[in-house]
Amino acid sequence: MGAGHTHPLHVHEHSRTHHLPAHVKVVATLTTAGLVATAPRDDVIAFAGAAVVLAAVARASRVPGRFLVSRLAVTAPFLIAALLLPFVASGPRVDVVGVPLAVEGLWGALGLVSRTLLGATASLLLVATTEVPALLRGLERLRVPPVLTQIAATMLRYLEVIVGEVGRQRRAMTARGYDPRWLWQLGPLTAGLGVLFVRAYERGERVHAAMLARGFTGRMPVLVAERPATAADWAVAMAVPGLVAVARTVGAVVGGAEAWA
Amino acid sequence: MHAPDGFLTGPTAIATGVMSAGAIAASLKASRPELDDDRIPLAGVTAAFVFAAQMVNFPVAAGTSGHLLGGALAAVLLGPSLGLLVVAVVVIVQAIGFADGGLTALGYNVLNMAVVTALGGWAVFRGLRRVLPATATGVSLAAGVAAAASVVLSSMAFSLQWLFGASAAVPFDRVFTAMAGVHALIGVGEGLITAGVIAAVLAVRPDLVRGADGIDRAAGPAKLPRARFVLAAVAASLVVATVVAQFAVGDPDGLERVAEDTGFIEAAEDHAFGSSIFADYATAGVASETVSLAIAGIVGTLVTLAVGTGLLLLVRDRRQGTSADAERAPSA
Repeated sequence: MGAGHTHPLHVHEHSRTHHLPAHVKVVATLTTAGLVATAPRDDVIAFAGAAVVLAAVARASRVPGRFLVSRLAVTAPFLIAALLLPFVASGPRVDVVGVPLAVEGLWGALGLVSRTLLGATASLLLVATTEVPALLRGLERLRVPPVLTQIAATMLRYLEVIVGEVGRQRRAMTARGYDPRWLWQLGPLTAGLGVLFVRAYERGERVHAAMLARGFTGRMPVLVAERPATAADWAVAMAVPGLVAVARTVGAVVGGAEAWA
Repeated sequence: MHAPDGFLTGPTAIATGVMSAGAIAASLKASRPELDDDRIPLAGVTAAFVFAAQMVNFPVAAGTSGHLLGGALAAVLLGPSLGLLVVAVVVIVQAIGFADGGLTALGYNVLNMAVVTALGGWAVFRGLRRVLPATATGVSLAAGVAAAASVVLSSMAFSLQWLFGASAAVPFDRVFTAMAGVHALIGVGEGLITAGVIAAVLAVRPDLVRGADGIDRAAGPAKLPRARFVLAAVAASLVVATVVAQFAVGDPDGLERVAEDTGFIEAAEDHAFGSSIFADYATAGVASETVSLAIAGIVGTLVTLAVGTGLLLLVRDRRQGTSADAERAPSA
């Protein structure tokens, strides 16, 4: 966990992407992810096009490639699941070095891996270039109920504290020579979690009391007003899904890779 | 279970998105009396707790571990509406802030991990509380069984969505058996943890457990009627065992494991074992499409029934004004 209150996935920079209003970036990211997610599984032109566009955005925003690759690890379980599809799917099979693989599964895997990686890259670029408070205000501007964004804001603010508490509990347990390995050793872990909840709740009560004392009326004050979005902002941001849409159109005209094979 | 972008088809994503948004809107409305009281920070800190609790790995068997989903736990602690909201926020933040789960997959991720677990878990919990004694042990037990059921319900809901919006040609019966089987095992862990957490909280601050209204705090822990307990335990383990029996091993991430399991089975069919017992093992009597669809129908009814009951309880409690603080007020 990083120091202070910065989000671990934020990359501090001063690029054009960083300075775009958050709600514009959210709309652009969602549109991009939607275009990628609904592309036909064999539309390699669309996937390649989106990859090039996202790489260009990362470069322009000075988000290091190594950062993106390491953070994409979060999708690993699904990548593994996707790579197993050729073995699981039904239908005709093709021999690849003596192993019979389902044709359907191979195309399915191509689609899943591409969509997973491209979609995750798009949302990683969003958090890497947007500070959490700005992101939450951006969501509010897009009509997400403030109750939800405020729950999220408080959660993110105290996440580090509570995760730290989990770590301390764990260390205390290890220090006393307890290292649970089996299901029937669950007792102390659950008791710890129960204590964690009570502590979290009581901390919440204290925080709430302190906020009320400082004049909290149900809404957090806005410290740095977000500037309104200009036409240029929209044009720059929407160019990203625009280019992906162009790639998809080209892909639709040329036809998917399944037709070539 | 944080599915990525494009895991299910576009229409499925939109349809589940509408359902999730509806459930969130209903919960926002139901929890308004509490949240208007500026208690948002409390909900936020509890959300952080659920987020952190999901990071605590518990041992399932030698070498494998699982982690908590927390939907049923949050519902029992905070009530169904606030519990649903809190877990939904956790899932949404994981997608937007940590790229864990696709942005366009939020519809089905929120539905499966927050809506089905909170509402379905609450329905089972309330049902069990009618049967079990109103003591701390009874409440913990009800919470544990409800949590285990909520995980299985969630995996059932996912299998159903796969039926409508599969991104690859893996038949429903195979996805369902594997998903429900692995998650039954994960559910055991979820149930034990939830029961343990609720018991621990009840011991320290019983007023913080929304689902524990009207319990007899004076009653000792050993007041559980043995016959009922044995009956409930046998019934629960029967349900679990029938599905689990085919899959002797579990894994933290069910979907991943499912692919592995079915992959092994498929490989076995194609290679050494040919059409031996392993082929029958894989399809276990659900070979034909009609049977598969019939199972899908039953599963659908079950999930809808559980979630619907949860929603009904949520709305009815609010109308009667028995939810929220009224329940917590000390009764004479």
